[in-house]
Amino acid sequence: MSTITFDHVSKVYSGQKTVHALDNVSLTINDGEFVALLGPSGCGKSTLLNLLAGFETVSSGTLLFDGKTVTRPGPDRGVVFQEAALFPWLSVWENVIFGPRVQGLPRADYEERARKLLKVVGLEAFADALPVQLSGGMRQRVGIARVLTMNPRALLMDEPFGALDAQTRLSMQQLLLDVWQSLGTTVLFVTHDIDEAILLSDRVCVMSARPGRIARTIPIGLARPRSIASLTGADFTAYKAEIMADIKVAEHH
Amino acid sequence: MSTSIEPASSETSAKRGLAAPRPGLSLVAGRSIKRGVLAVILPVAVIAIWQVAGQGGSLFGGVLPTPDRVWKAWVVWAFGPSGGFNAYSGTWFSNLLFSAERVSKGFLCAIVIGVPAGIAIGWNRVAAGALDPTIQLLRPIPITAWLPFSIAIFGIHDVGAIFLISLGAFYPIVVNTAQGARDVERNLIRAALMMGASRWTVLRRVVLPASLPSIFTGLRIGLGIAWTAVIVAEMVAVKSGLGYVLWDAYYVGRMDVVIADMVSIGLLGFLSDYIIVQIERWVLTWRRLQSFQA
Repeated sequence: MSTITFDHVSKVYSGQKTVHALDNVSLTINDGEFVALLGPSGCGKSTLLNLLAGFETVSSGTLLFDGKTVTRPGPDRGVVFQEAALFPWLSVWENVIFGPRVQGLPRADYEERARKLLKVVGLEAFADALPVQLSGGMRQRVGIARVLTMNPRALLMDEPFGALDAQTRLSMQQLLLDVWQSLGTTVLFVTHDIDEAILLSDRVCVMSARPGRIARTIPIGLARPRSIASLTGADFTAYKAEIMADIKVAEHH
Repeated sequence: MSTSIEPASSETSAKRGLAAPRPGLSLVAGRSIKRGVLAVILPVAVIAIWQVAGQGGSLFGGVLPTPDRVWKAWVVWAFGPSGGFNAYSGTWFSNLLFSAERVSKGFLCAIVIGVPAGIAIGWNRVAAGALDPTIQLLRPIPITAWLPFSIAIFGIHDVGAIFLISLGAFYPIVVNTAQGARDVERNLIRAALMMGASRWTVLRRVVLPASLPSIFTGLRIGLGIAWTAVIVAEMVAVKSGLGYVLWDAYYVGRMDVVIADMVSIGLLGFLSDYIIVQIERWVLTWRRLQSFQA
């Protein structure tokens, strides 16, 4: 069953100069699938994610989530931002329960789950800390726990590990693999990191820029469960070579 | 769920950061004593020179009294028996209360109107279009220019003084609040909407707290203007308070009381600003930590 359907979606920003951010993009993502959008900056991959999140509206085409047209943001699509976007005046715990709290759910419905998720991301000892007291990687863990607390139908991740150092990024990728393998949530993951796209996803959509299009889709057949050890396998390297060739083609397009 | 997650290496350093060793108490005390000594050198020197230069009793042909005379005048003004020949004797505290009460009332009005108006202007285009031009047109009119208007409308009453104080404090509060509400990080608003917050909830739980640093800037500037306004209003539009005494004492040639009054105003303004700063420190702990680590 498909959760997400982009059907001939275009996004045009009209201004002094009209920009075709997305041109006639069609993409279907199935329930529980992990799809990576890979491409250089300016290729429209974040625009694609923002449309699905409901932060922006399509210029033409149809965009369906769970069979319904996307009109606005909602807790069924949990967004993880690049810079975490935590509320700096709230403690880690208050950030994690922000969603269910503003939705007016009774405490009993979410506190247990929130506590468990804080443990999963390894931050139970930091529940009372303020975001400013955490490292970048820890903040991003809070950002992930925060959306998972809402039990979303899909996770939309916009270069979530892009600002982290290499080592922290690896541990975050491992964390995401573990969480995804146990929850099975549908994930749309935007990145410009080829390794990251292959390691995490079932399918890599390579995008080209100006106008933004999906140039090619490559299914990743690496065995699950994966771990960061998969990064050194021969089949991994083969996928990487294939995608790099594709990116070259997309560049000259 | 798997819980075997390797903690990031940066985690340990952050943990250490939370329990950073504080400098020893004696060191902190020593430093603040040093700062205090440094701060009083200039005023003490000015007072000493003033005193020595006016040894005969006063300066400028007898107009300016020396500090010891000002001090004596203040003691009588503050603690002397009331109802004698000296009209000021024993009235310091009640006049101070009059002024402080007017400032409090006017400042409170300015906050109650200025903060919501500023949030609305910064957050909503319609509100900005409807309110901002009028505010920007009225803002260049100094509160002193409003005096005749205020007296004509409200008469020689408290309401007039409170009107002037609120008006003066309103502008910096509304302008800074609007700026703060406009500058809220877009992703914070998006994050809240994504988590199911209504627009009203976003306003209350995101825009308002995110604007607080700017709001406090506006409050501090506004409070300074409120003190200016209360003195001006009392000199002209009411018959009590430090501003009234200031002008009255000048008329009867009591420069010692004038100077004691000026010092009192300065100290009150300083004290009220200190209170706001303390509230700000308490409310904006997250902000303080942020700038400290930056």
